[in-house]
Amino acid sequence: MNADTLTMTSSPGADAGDASAVVELENVTRVYPGRPPVRALRGVSLRIRRGELIGIVGPSGSGKSTLLNILGTLDRADTGTVRIDGHDVGAMNDRRLSALRAHRIGFVFQQFFLTPGVSALDNVADGLLYTGTPLAGRRRRARATLERVGLGDRTHHRPHELSGGQRQRVAVARALAGAPSLLLADEPTGALDSASGAGVLALLHGLHAGGTTVVVITHDHEVAGSLPRRVDIRDGSIESDRAGRP
Amino acid sequence: MSGPEPAPSRLRPRDVVRVGVTGLRARPARAVLSALGIAVGIAAMVAVVGISASSRAQVDEQLDALGTNLLTVAAGQTIGGEDAALPAGSVDMVARLGPVTAVSAVGEVDASVYRNDEIDATQTNGLAVLAAGTDLLDTVSGVVDNGRWLDDALGAYPAVVLGANAAERMGIDEVDGSVAVWLGGEWFTVAGILDPVPLAPELDSSVLIGWPVAEALLGFDGAPTTIYERSAESQVDAVRAVLPATVNPENPEEVTVSRPSDALAARAATDETLTTLLLALGGVALLVGGIGVANTMVIAVLERRSEIGLRRALGATRAHVRRQFLGESVLLAALGGVGGAVLGGAVTAAFAASRGWPPALPSWVLAGAAGATIVVGALAGAYPAARAARMPPTAALSAV
Repeated sequence: MNADTLTMTSSPGADAGDASAVVELENVTRVYPGRPPVRALRGVSLRIRRGELIGIVGPSGSGKSTLLNILGTLDRADTGTVRIDGHDVGAMNDRRLSALRAHRIGFVFQQFFLTPGVSALDNVADGLLYTGTPLAGRRRRARATLERVGLGDRTHHRPHELSGGQRQRVAVARALAGAPSLLLADEPTGALDSASGAGVLALLHGLHAGGTTVVVITHDHEVAGSLPRRVDIRDGSIESDRAGRP
Repeated sequence: MSGPEPAPSRLRPRDVVRVGVTGLRARPARAVLSALGIAVGIAAMVAVVGISASSRAQVDEQLDALGTNLLTVAAGQTIGGEDAALPAGSVDMVARLGPVTAVSAVGEVDASVYRNDEIDATQTNGLAVLAAGTDLLDTVSGVVDNGRWLDDALGAYPAVVLGANAAERMGIDEVDGSVAVWLGGEWFTVAGILDPVPLAPELDSSVLIGWPVAEALLGFDGAPTTIYERSAESQVDAVRAVLPATVNPENPEEVTVSRPSDALAARAATDETLTTLLLALGGVALLVGGIGVANTMVIAVLERRSEIGLRRALGATRAHVRRQFLGESVLLAALGGVGGAVLGGAVTAAFAASRGWPPALPSWVLAGAAGATIVVGALAGAYPAARAARMPPTAALSAV
């Protein structure tokens, strides 16, 4: 993997199936039916290369959550092309999309979504549940991943015994356990105090340094400013796409 | 570097169970309460079948002990509707039949019995006075509860043996020779009291006296009214066919032959109607329990939208989500089913013990209970599971 590649501009005309791109959006629109219909995305084109750390920034209602859902194949574009890890998502059925999520995409949510009453180890192991890996293998990978996020000594703690920052690290580990091509983090620091948030951000930077492709969706300009590439989105369109912190 | 298309998502069957258990453990009180509904239904059905099976096992055991080869020959009625009588020699004729192993008889004596000589003549208590052969008790498998039976010596004296009900109605429990009853104008000493005789219940409300004393003191004509006969088990039907002509060659159509063990078995069988009714009631309880499980699962699906969204994000297909909730529902029902089967078994054992019956629980009941819970769980979970599977992942995740 070519780590730490900075891509300065979006590439609307990128070749289909560019091997260096994890995400390729071409002129993607998404309209939620209603009166009046909500045009959440109005022709978004975005190319994210392997190994990038990129922030997608915008106020609420800007369409960034819709963009996250489309990047994560949880939602489908109405028009335009979406390629994730080289696969044309528009042509895939539920089974194939689920396979893509199980093996290639990791999600981190603002609310963590850890299973209460279940140890950190098994929460992380559940990240591999739908890959069909046997339990022993899932736990082995989970233990290694927890060590990687600095929680090797918390494997048997249950979520309520962990701090907010630790919980989000567990959630990151769960997303990471399957070694995804793409890690999507939706407001990963949104529910954390600034110190814990900084810790989680440092973790994401570390993963980026290790070669993982990370997309952070946030409304927090401070968070976005710390990332190597920053895409501002407003009213369903990309407003700017530039390098963040030099 | 974009790899080939990833292998399909897969949820191992073992993990379906694991996920279901985790889901139920998250809200243990709710799981137990909704499983309780199923448990009550299953327990009711298991206990009903178990108790009825135990009752039948008791009858079988009784028949085993008493034998089913006893035939009762009664004089019956003449074509004119009057009570017929059997010829005096009929007992000997039955005894001459090859397969017959034991034969005895009672003859109705035209006399009444009273506790003492002060009692009004109409107050007979409905008790019959019977002259009995000395081998009667062995033939009908009767047991003397207290005192002694009319043997050859006693049969010639005014001594009486009371049937179980007869003793109760006259309020007699002493058999030491100090108690006498007023029988046909003579005092008869009470020599013994019988246990109830299941194969010849008519003896229970009778008083029995010796054949010789009946003839000597009470003008008994020596004609038997009822003959009791045992034969080899395999020959019962053959004997039954020839008995009427044997005991009453002139009017065989007057004779009625019955097999008392059939009546005992039939009494057990009539309970089946009640059993079926109770079983249906248990089925209704099970249905209500199933509705409770469905309700619980619908609520669970609504509450766990974010979990469903998370699982979809982790790579679960719609089928996996459906399977998870269906599995959870079946597990919930199975939890109730196991509890109910144990409860029903305990009720059966306790009830059988209180009646002195051998506890019996046919294995098909347990298999049926297991099958019923799986079906109920699957039916109850079908709709909630389909709802969970249909939920779009984005809606599920944004619902927090």
